[in-house]
Amino acid sequence: MKKIEAIIRPEKLDPVRKALAELGIMGMTVTEVSGRGRQSGITLQWRAGDYKIEFLPKVKVEVVLLDEDLTRAVDTIILRAQTGEPGDGKIFVYPVEDVIRIRTREEGEGAI
Amino acid sequence: MINAGDTTWVLISTALVMLMMPGLALFYGGLVRRKNVLSTLMMSFVLLGVIGILWVLYGYSLSFGSDAGGFIGGLNFAGLTNVGQAPSDIYATTVPHLSFMMFQGMFAIITVALWTGGIVERAKFSAFLVLAVLWFTVVYCPVAHWVWGDGGWLAKLGALDFAGGAVVHINAGMSALALAFLLGPRKGFKEGEPMEPHNIPMVVLGAGLLWFGWFGFNAGSALTSGGLASSAFVSTMVSAAAATVTWMTLGWIHRRPSALGVATGAVAGLAAVTPAAGFIEPIMAIPIGIVASIVCYYCILFRTKRRIDESLDVWAVHGVGGVWGMLAVGIFASSAVGGAEGLIGGNGIQFAKQLASVAAVGTYAFVATLILGKVVDLSIGLRVRDHEEVVGLDLSQHGERAYGGTIL
Repeated sequence: MKKIEAIIRPEKLDPVRKALAELGIMGMTVTEVSGRGRQSGITLQWRAGDYKIEFLPKVKVEVVLLDEDLTRAVDTIILRAQTGEPGDGKIFVYPVEDVIRIRTREEGEGAI
Repeated sequence: MINAGDTTWVLISTALVMLMMPGLALFYGGLVRRKNVLSTLMMSFVLLGVIGILWVLYGYSLSFGSDAGGFIGGLNFAGLTNVGQAPSDIYATTVPHLSFMMFQGMFAIITVALWTGGIVERAKFSAFLVLAVLWFTVVYCPVAHWVWGDGGWLAKLGALDFAGGAVVHINAGMSALALAFLLGPRKGFKEGEPMEPHNIPMVVLGAGLLWFGWFGFNAGSALTSGGLASSAFVSTMVSAAAATVTWMTLGWIHRRPSALGVATGAVAGLAAVTPAAGFIEPIMAIPIGIVASIVCYYCILFRTKRRIDESLDVWAVHGVGGVWGMLAVGIFASSAVGGAEGLIGGNGIQFAKQLASVAAVGTYAFVATLILGKVVDLSIGLRVRDHEEVVGLDLSQHGERAYGGTIL
């Protein structure tokens, strides 16, 4: 089992969610986050002139899935979240030791 | 003789000006970072209490009591002695003296509240309260007497200030600047850390309430309910409108038309028309509003470029807007409206008188505030400690947080 942690543009959340659902991947945890990559910060309008903030709003999507679903899921996220401009985000992949469904105590792949 | 219409209008106007305090609190509160919003709201709101009491105890008397040397009023109205239901023989002779007194009281409260914009996010609350009392006594009351008091030296000189361009806006603007110099910048300001406004909807709502209350401020200053009040009312609307559109345009030329920009522009237009509202043909409020936005906009740019942390631009918007408005009286005043003629009407002397008032009030406010601020700083310390500033004044000064109630 693997966990995908994808940091994406907020406006790309919906396309990503829909495309993952088409692969049968329904479960996910979504968080509003702030961050910066190589492209740092954003310039905003002040009363007169501008000011710069150092962190951009992003969305973090966490999905736990079976090993065999990983490549398709990653490809799908890239396809839906990519614009080609700096600020598209990153995908991190982690191994998952176990999954336990709280309601039934079911463990392992069946609990995903 | 009491006139029912006049009395009604002055009482309503008094309440309208009172609403400017929460309006200003929201305007300022939205402009600061979220950890300091309550502290910023408090510095406006608490003055309704503190100055509200001092005004009836002695402030009204020092401002409007029997003249002493053109500089300050006597104590004949202290504790509201001789201020009753009958009209005064001198001020607003068609409304109860009590109504006039309370209307003027709201001006005192908002003027103190205005300069808090220069010290937000770093001033110690206790020191602020002491400073507010001293400033009200030593700066506001004398200046109000000079300009509006019977026998005040600027009043005798013939300098005009319909609703407080000098008494309120220049006074507060120059004082905020002095205090900003004294207090120094917020931590991180010099290093270019963003001081992001945490709630712009709040700023826009606050500006809207200020605009609404300003009808009482300016049109109420007619102290009657007839033609003059109507003229001042229209001038107020027109200047604010012209300034709003102008500021939006300036922002648009720079990059985008911003909400923060139109809210600021409205206030600049309102501040500028304040001294002029009852002296100009209302159509002249258009150039007054346009110039107000242009001048104030570039003053903000200048101020930020020089890295002066007069945090909420009381100087750039109210101070400079007030100066422009006072001078505009000397240019546009029309005797058909308020009985005085300006430059355009061939009366250059009026412009010189306005200039004298600007210089006198501006200099006095700046110097006296520097001295008072220094005294408070040396005795109890104006500024919070470093770590208190970092965690925010809401927690360190008031033991509260503005946006609790989340699941964490």
